[in-house]
Amino acid sequence: MAATDTVLSPSAVELLQTRRSIGARILDFCRHQPLGAIGLAIVLVILFAGLSEQWIAPYSPTANDFAAMTQPPSWAHWLGTDEFGRDVLSRIIYGARTALIIGFSCAIVGGFAGLVLGVASAYFGGRIDLLIQRVLDVLMAFPLIIMALAVVSIFGTGVHNVIIAITIPLFPRCARVVRSSALAIREVPYVDAARACGFSHARIILRHMVPNVMAPFLILLTAFVGQAILAEAALSYLGLGVQEPVPAWGLMLQGGAEEYATTAPWIAVFPGLAIALTVFGFSIFGDALRDVLDPKMRNR
Amino acid sequence: MRLTAIMAALSILVAAAAAAPNEEAPKRGGILNYMIPADAPPSFDGHRESTYATVHSAAPFYSVLIRVNPEDPSNMSDLVCDLCTAMPAPTDGGKTWTFKIRPGVKFTDGSPLTAADVAASWNEIIFPPKGVLSPRESNYLMVDKVEAPDPSTVVFHLKFPTAAFLPAIADPFAWIYEKKILDKDPHWYEQNVMGSGPFKFAGYQAGQSIKGVRNPDYYDKGLPYLDGFTGIYAPKQAVQVDAIRADRAAIEFRGFPPAAHDQLVRELDGKITVQESIWNVASAVTPNHKKQPFDDARVRRALTLAIDRWGGAPGLSRIAIVKTVGGLVYPGSPLAATKPELEQIAGYWPDIEKSRAEARRLLKAAGAEGLSFELLNRNVDQPFKYVAIWLIDQWSKVGLHVTQRVLPTGPWFQALRSGNFDVALEAPGHGMVNPLLDVQKALPASVDAENYANYEDPPEVALYNKMLRETDFTKQRALMRQFEKHVLDTEAHEIWVLWWYRIVPYRSYVMGWKISPTHFINQDLSTIWLNK
Amino acid sequence: MYRYIVNRLLLVVPTLVGAAVLVFAMMRLIPGDICVVRLGSGGGTFDEAAVTACHIELGLNHPIWRQFFDFVWGFFHFDFGTSMWTGKPVSFEIMQRLPISLEIAILATVVALLLAVPLGTISALKQNSWIDLVVRTVAIAGIATPSFWLGILSILLVLNLSQAVFGSPWMPPITYVPIWQDPIRNLSMAFLPAVTVGYRYSAIVMRMTRSAMLEVLREDYIRTAWAKGLVHRIVINRHALKNALLPVVTLAGIEFAFLIGGLVVTEQVFNLNGIGRLFVQAVQNQDYTLTQALVMLAVAVFVLTNLVVDLAYAWLDPRIRFA
Repeated sequence: MAATDTVLSPSAVELLQTRRSIGARILDFCRHQPLGAIGLAIVLVILFAGLSEQWIAPYSPTANDFAAMTQPPSWAHWLGTDEFGRDVLSRIIYGARTALIIGFSCAIVGGFAGLVLGVASAYFGGRIDLLIQRVLDVLMAFPLIIMALAVVSIFGTGVHNVIIAITIPLFPRCARVVRSSALAIREVPYVDAARACGFSHARIILRHMVPNVMAPFLILLTAFVGQAILAEAALSYLGLGVQEPVPAWGLMLQGGAEEYATTAPWIAVFPGLAIALTVFGFSIFGDALRDVLDPKMRNR
Repeated sequence: MRLTAIMAALSILVAAAAAAPNEEAPKRGGILNYMIPADAPPSFDGHRESTYATVHSAAPFYSVLIRVNPEDPSNMSDLVCDLCTAMPAPTDGGKTWTFKIRPGVKFTDGSPLTAADVAASWNEIIFPPKGVLSPRESNYLMVDKVEAPDPSTVVFHLKFPTAAFLPAIADPFAWIYEKKILDKDPHWYEQNVMGSGPFKFAGYQAGQSIKGVRNPDYYDKGLPYLDGFTGIYAPKQAVQVDAIRADRAAIEFRGFPPAAHDQLVRELDGKITVQESIWNVASAVTPNHKKQPFDDARVRRALTLAIDRWGGAPGLSRIAIVKTVGGLVYPGSPLAATKPELEQIAGYWPDIEKSRAEARRLLKAAGAEGLSFELLNRNVDQPFKYVAIWLIDQWSKVGLHVTQRVLPTGPWFQALRSGNFDVALEAPGHGMVNPLLDVQKALPASVDAENYANYEDPPEVALYNKMLRETDFTKQRALMRQFEKHVLDTEAHEIWVLWWYRIVPYRSYVMGWKISPTHFINQDLSTIWLNK
Repeated sequence: MYRYIVNRLLLVVPTLVGAAVLVFAMMRLIPGDICVVRLGSGGGTFDEAAVTACHIELGLNHPIWRQFFDFVWGFFHFDFGTSMWTGKPVSFEIMQRLPISLEIAILATVVALLLAVPLGTISALKQNSWIDLVVRTVAIAGIATPSFWLGILSILLVLNLSQAVFGSPWMPPITYVPIWQDPIRNLSMAFLPAVTVGYRYSAIVMRMTRSAMLEVLREDYIRTAWAKGLVHRIVINRHALKNALLPVVTLAGIEFAFLIGGLVVTEQVFNLNGIGRLFVQAVQNQDYTLTQALVMLAVAVFVLTNLVVDLAYAWLDPRIRFA
């Protein structure tokens, strides 16, 4: 597809190789990619929330407080409380951790599985490639949420199973993109040269091919984090993902949020905003990353 | 006795509230739309199922032998005839009950309903043939045989006389089927509907709706008032409440928590009528004695001691359909424990701090400090989800880490039966109020198949048998206290959490419906009419 | 051209067979005896005879290879066996729910294209302007927003608005009526779900329209058209848009096949008795005849849509046609 001819572009090489300070580079990124900078900021805020929730969350995310049921946003509870009197802000902050654990686990596991498979498929070519491609065809014919639900019906619910359920449909998509990038690399003379020198497969793959498919791979990873967070929210909303009392955004939208939507809309509004903003952040950051690393795809 | 007195007063109040709007002469006609809080019934066969989803879907299509008086369903001991002509008096020292069957009753396929059909239906329930399920089979262990000596007479022969018999056959699931069909295929009624009730089956779509139209041949010529009904399936409470709010449906018979009630009353001021009742269902926790460390009574006691029932009930009852702090016995019954009696039992102590300190001490003594376990729960919002969230928070206060495994009804039952759980949240409830039989739930599985705690306790069973055969009420009540203390405190075989409380807010144009302490009875819709 | 078509057609076979094997294997990995679950769902007790009868009824007494063969063979003539949950034929359950899902899918596609094509085009024409920025933001937001959340908010909004404006709350009907019986009732039921599903759909198509348009605008023939002094509107409509629409339609086609994913959650929010909700119920009730039929159906729809799209693409694009 679009990424077939992705050899690192000069500007990306420049970006990766120049020895300017990181600060200067970030400043540069922000100037040229204002949307991307906003995305990066959102991602950083969510990361901060997810990593330091026990220090910044004002309340316990699970402690019931019937004296403070369905209270509107106030100084005591910035985003209000739910029907159990649990602080919505604290639950969102703790939920960030759940979202990030699932988002990153799925993206990294799925991404690396896809990377290995994609590069191997491209490198070895021939029958192996054909076989792997047919298997990927099969896996990619399953809509993500359908595959995830089918996997959940086997393994059951809970954080670990949700990660498995979302990773399985993600990795073939990564393998596809990586393969097409790697195919272009395979024909480049220095890979041939390395092969002629008698280097091992592993060395050629790791030293020469993998670094060269890093750009599309990284772009894909950011996209996967967002997709995984959305998929987790959907599964949890359906009651087939994370279970109470684990604070998770999709779960916060199930049950109480709908039942109290008219009388206490904040229960339904804020967790949804958290999901949308996070995925939005990862998406525009990913878009900007793509523009920088891979200018040929800039307008896609 | 104070609690019981309050409850009694309350049920009178409920009855009065229900009677008031019915002064007007009923109008005929109209279609009633009501919500059924489920995706679909597992099957239409009442003999096989024990869920409201089946009753709320199909009860209007069937007649039963006897039932709780539909004019006064809050009084569960007022039993009247449906298909019989008069409530019989037993003969043979209380061992023979002879029912005369109403003449001229027809099934909707045109064939006449005779005593043979009644006997065949009861035989299927009491003595199910191989491969046929009958979950309430054990309720009829006193029945020796059921016969139809002639087309208008059904005789029940008992093994021993007992007052538990009559309420047992007023079971709301005991629909009368046609013998001809049962003989051909005992599973026919699982997928099909054909009875002699006030309504005729008019269509069904799983997950969407079930429809009925007036049965013109119904034996009670004045009934039903409605031209027909549509039961709409919606498992989510939000959809049910929205539907009543936007008048897509008029009523949901199972019940809503006060928060939903308040919302409807506030937004539809004057267009909503409310009926309330105590409910013969409790939320209860079952520790699996086969799983360590729940084989240790100290750990089980700690689980119940950690729960602040008195402190939590007022809050939890705002958002969930639970309310009454009670012991093993239905709080409306004279056999139930009074508040001072309850306060003697672990988990009901008035001082929660003392109770939690004891829980921590017991956990430490049992080497189970900071124990992590999984709570098996059913994926039904009300009240399972709410009670579980609250319980998990309660347990966290004595240092227990609890996660949840939530399963839909079918797999949930399977996990219970196969013992594949640590601790489970259940809802023991019954179609009728019959406390002496109802507390069987707390007997080991060798006596009551629906106990999933996996233990044997002969002294407990002996105590129960003694209580069941005791004829003096005061002595029986004292034995019940002993039994309760043994089950809930000493051994903590089962952990009773809170009894449910039923609140049904509905469109005021729905007339002629009266609430009862169970959501299984009085669902044939024959007396309901629409005032619009 | 013929070689391409034949090759493409041949690719469909291993994909479908592979998917069938995968679905079949997955459903058999589910722990526990499905018959025990099913018989136990009423809360009653049951005996071994009932379990055996259930095994026979579901064909579980046959060897695995025979079960697989029956599954694949059944698929060819739309006979998926009996649903373990409802006891009715799976094809009956599916056909009952297909109309509402199909209707929402089609409406969502209409909504998506109506929004996406004009906005994407404007965005491309005014690249890097504030309009472009707004459109791009709206598009990314569409991809980022969970559709079930939009659904919850839209129900809330409609209920509250109608209460404020008309004094009595209104919500879409909750029982399905075919469009030829009562078009207004039917459409008022399908409209909100179609919009919530369609927003995400349109966001994806919008991004594609924009980038395809940008690419086309840089092509030589467009520059030539500009150079010839053709009227702005003609250049855009006749030349640029026409060519840019090819990849857009492709993507719209592929996304249509993926709509089932969106329907799964949206139907849950709106309590719609469609294919998506049926799928969730099937998974929850561990009804694996129904689950495997629905998964296979989703896969088949996806594979065949892709095939049609690819063939159409080949036919439309001279570079492939004459290759």
